[in-house]
Amino acid sequence: MKYLTEYRNLEATKHYLDLIAKKVTKTWKIMEICGGQTHSLVRNGILDLLPEKVQMIHGPGCPVCVTPLNLIDKAVKLLEKGVIVCSFGDMIRVPGSKKSLLEAKADGGDLRILYSPLEAVKIAKQNPTKEVVFFAVGFETTAPANALSVLHAQKENITNYSILVSHVLVPPAMEAILDDEFCNIDAFLGAGHVCAIMGYEEYFPLVKKYNIPIIITGFEPLDLVQGIYMAVCQLEEGREELENQYSRVVKREGNTAAIKVIQQVFKVGNREWRGIGEIPNSGYIITEAFKAYDAELKFQIEDITAPESSMCIAGEILRGIKKPFECPAFGKTCNPSNPLGAPMVSSEGACAAYYHFSSNEII
Amino acid sequence: MDYSIINLGHGSGGLMSRELLDNIIFKSFSNPYLDKKHDGSIVKIEGEIAISTDSFVVSPIFFKGGNIGELAVNGTVNDVAMCGAMPKYLSLAFIVEEGLPIKEFIEIVNSIKSTADKCGVQIITGDTKVVERGKGDKIFINTTGFGEVHPKANISAENIKVGDKIIVNGNIAQHGMAIMSQREGLEFESSIESDTTNLNFIASKLLDEFGEDVHLFRDATRGGIASVLNEIALDTNKGVSILENQFPLEKQVAAACEILGLDPLYVANEGVFIAIVEKSIAQNVIDVMRADDKGKNAMCMGEITDTHLKKVVMHSAIGGKRIVSPLIGEQLPRIC
Repeated sequence: MKYLTEYRNLEATKHYLDLIAKKVTKTWKIMEICGGQTHSLVRNGILDLLPEKVQMIHGPGCPVCVTPLNLIDKAVKLLEKGVIVCSFGDMIRVPGSKKSLLEAKADGGDLRILYSPLEAVKIAKQNPTKEVVFFAVGFETTAPANALSVLHAQKENITNYSILVSHVLVPPAMEAILDDEFCNIDAFLGAGHVCAIMGYEEYFPLVKKYNIPIIITGFEPLDLVQGIYMAVCQLEEGREELENQYSRVVKREGNTAAIKVIQQVFKVGNREWRGIGEIPNSGYIITEAFKAYDAELKFQIEDITAPESSMCIAGEILRGIKKPFECPAFGKTCNPSNPLGAPMVSSEGACAAYYHFSSNEII
Repeated sequence: MDYSIINLGHGSGGLMSRELLDNIIFKSFSNPYLDKKHDGSIVKIEGEIAISTDSFVVSPIFFKGGNIGELAVNGTVNDVAMCGAMPKYLSLAFIVEEGLPIKEFIEIVNSIKSTADKCGVQIITGDTKVVERGKGDKIFINTTGFGEVHPKANISAENIKVGDKIIVNGNIAQHGMAIMSQREGLEFESSIESDTTNLNFIASKLLDEFGEDVHLFRDATRGGIASVLNEIALDTNKGVSILENQFPLEKQVAAACEILGLDPLYVANEGVFIAIVEKSIAQNVIDVMRADDKGKNAMCMGEITDTHLKKVVMHSAIGGKRIVSPLIGEQLPRIC
């Protein structure tokens, strides 16, 4: 419980906000990578407390937002075929090209919302005559549990279980953002929980190659303002280093047991990111040894290609080029009950965070 | 009765229905109105009448701190009480899914009876239907409540003024988290119990004391405190301002919400209500609430403003501000 109070302490947070205000002389654009950080920044009203010269740019770290349209369509197809599809909660309202998982459920599909993929293995065991698929989306953070579910299924000889994988990785996404010709980002707040799993070794080359400060940062208000302060210090002092604000959770080598589990089941491969496109070596695919658990191979569903809404600027939002308020559809034709794109659905999506927690008109 | 489960015959209107009624329902709820076994009841009510109806479809039907029967009584009793009335009578209708163990049905009926006694209401009419397996979810209950409006009550959103204080009676988010902790696929170990309880006596006590200075009562059930406050902001065309640290939230519930990525403001309650009252009596209202078992943790969580009209704004613990927006659909757990 002390994490809920100490890291949300008014005086301590104010102290860092004051330090930031004193330190900053130029305008800096800092991108927080993770959607959880975006959510916390907006939910706690931090954006309004920062000096005008410190501009937060919201990154692509919302797993729901970057899961490609055709994989949602595939999950919908599986539901229509009578497969039990299990998913994390905030995936189910994301629009596919025809319908969302929630709409497919209303049409009679057997959709289960779970917190852990291990529950899906249990469901497979209880329903031996049915196929059970877990929609394994997420960054490095959810990969160990998803991989573990496959290892459990194998150990218990459960053959009616498989996973529909859309795993993406943070470092390649950062590189893609930095390579973008419109990129104007001066520093990154690294995704704390991703680094809790993977460590931060792989970020040193990025700092060096792009001369950009990266601060591995947590999610509580105090974490965020401290991370922002560390970034501002580096920028003002002309340093480009990797620093770890979230040292109470993140170790340099990460969680070695979790990494081992990931490496058993997954290998790095190309992945498509919704709104961004294909990024080479930017995600996980199932290794040869575990291909029996790959739902895409098991069910051979055809690729469904459908265009995204032409009004949605999700790609520019996810790459930090535009903010939700700059989208003509924001809050008008696009809102959480009728989303045009995924960032309006997940609570970690920049558009939904802005829609729910802030408004440029009134506060 | 020789049956261990409810079957379609129990809803046929024939002998089996009669047996179920005589042996369980009439036996349990016996009172002069019901004992006439007529199609309906004729009752006396003084003055203005408040009426409210609600259907209960909760799953699981038994949960920590209560069951669907208790909920069906408290829920409707509270809705009548929130109108500024003292509930007197309840109608009670069951839709039972074939296959429900009779034992569970009896347990629910018993709990309806004891809850109704606690609330001081009588069951005066009812209905029981049975649907085929797969056409329901064990048991659905509908209740309608009838109550006498308190002579000093003048409860209406129209009475709400800028500067009015918003008082909440107790710990929020208990019921939703108790249910969540027992749902298939989400089970986690906790001792969080539903807060289901009747609010009619505490509400009537407040009206005895403060009469017209109580401008509005609302119980914060589905959609939680946030939904109620949003409705008030919209209905009154005024602003609602709340403070992040100023609502009672039990530590374990706060932690469970944090782990599951849920906002306690949107989580369902079954024994929580807010009173919007004249500014000058706010502290007295809190004192009266705290003297009652149902209001032990009462506190002032905010006020009505003439800024940010139609919106609920929360002042965060670290000095920021954010909008507390209306819930769109069900609150969905986040991935990470």
